[in-house]
Amino acid sequence: MPWDRNQMAARAAEELQDGWYVNLGIGIPTLVANYVGDKDITLQSENGMLGMGPFPFEGDEDPDLINAGKQTITELARTSYFDSAQSFGMIRGGKIAAAILGAMEVAENGDLANWMIPGKLVKGMGGAMDLVAGVGRVIVVMDHTNKHGDSKVLKACTLPLTGTGVVDRIITNLGVLDVVEGGLRIVETAEGVSEADLRAATEATIID
Amino acid sequence: MKKVYGSAAEALEGTLSDGMLIAAGGFGLCGIPELLIDGIVASGVKDLTVASNNAGVDGFGLGKLLDTRQIKKMMSSYVGENAEFMRQYLSGELELEFNPQGTLAERMRAGGCGIPGFYTKTGVGTVIAEGKEVKTFRGEEYIMEEGIFADLSIVKAWKADDTGNLVFRKTARNFNPPAAMCGRICIAEVEEIVPRGSLDPDMIHLPGIYVHRLIQGEHEKRIEQRTVRQKEAV
Repeated sequence: MPWDRNQMAARAAEELQDGWYVNLGIGIPTLVANYVGDKDITLQSENGMLGMGPFPFEGDEDPDLINAGKQTITELARTSYFDSAQSFGMIRGGKIAAAILGAMEVAENGDLANWMIPGKLVKGMGGAMDLVAGVGRVIVVMDHTNKHGDSKVLKACTLPLTGTGVVDRIITNLGVLDVVEGGLRIVETAEGVSEADLRAATEATIID
Repeated sequence: MKKVYGSAAEALEGTLSDGMLIAAGGFGLCGIPELLIDGIVASGVKDLTVASNNAGVDGFGLGKLLDTRQIKKMMSSYVGENAEFMRQYLSGELELEFNPQGTLAERMRAGGCGIPGFYTKTGVGTVIAEGKEVKTFRGEEYIMEEGIFADLSIVKAWKADDTGNLVFRKTARNFNPPAAMCGRICIAEVEEIVPRGSLDPDMIHLPGIYVHRLIQGEHEKRIEQRTVRQKEAV
């Protein structure tokens, strides 16, 4: 059985190490926060906050307290606030240990496309280009194939890039792959998914 | 010199001209200068270029200035929440310059610090790099981005003293300090103006040197994505 969204998030949470400052993207990456367990992880919200807490209880929403997805959130005892220039200064400056992001396409050389589909409505890259260029480790979490069944793990991206050679690890519903010299290397497969299944669903070069 | 003005219209008096570049603070609808946007709508000034991370929503925030066609060009990182924006953009009425969010913030900060250009790794190898100077530092490629020098900055803070020292609240700080810094003139709107001496000098987020005019007023502070969790049954 391929992993579902929550299982992918749980697997991604295993990547995080005690003491890390981490930025989580929108979608499945947001769910990763539910699985960090006892690890001391500080979440960054790039609109200007370290130590992001859970959603507020009804009635406690504060219009001055939102995350990068514009959702109402809460603060924690460790929380600090700062402006956008400093926020991206810590991103660009390599202070954020890891970013876990969604993707439309990833290529075997670590290229990432996750902001624009030509011909469709373009909303903008937000902070995605800054994050992938600046953080210590970029982990992509996404479905292995698109809704037409085509691989999203490619030899080369076809969509406009968010960054070149930036992805370190890919976690999909079928398994985990690392970007290494010459292509991708299988780290593990989801329970019940064989290496052959994973290879069949992957356009990118997989090296042994 | 007196910085406190009685209304947005009074504070904006003499600062507006057609075709000018305005830097606006705010992220989404959080920490946006609602009152000054209304004042600019009322002034009728046109052909504006606005540097702001987002473009408001239909009928609120910078969306009001789009509805009245007063904006010619936006410099933003994300504009997804505004149907009128998209209509004007797709029909060619509105120019759009996408900036990665951190690059936009740093362009404002740099402009405010007298830095006309800087190099960043953000956007290397993407459409953002097209036409920009590339330089190699320590074996890695960087692109040059230019500082933003705005004619006017409009920002929102929580509190100010009458000398213009500003204190922001939670994530409503966002782009407001860098936007304030990069303007030749900066007008700040706040929820409360307190007498000098009332704010702890160690807790000032933006010194009053950056703030030329100040107004106080009521803010709607609309929430864009209200998300809550349920209290667990005891």
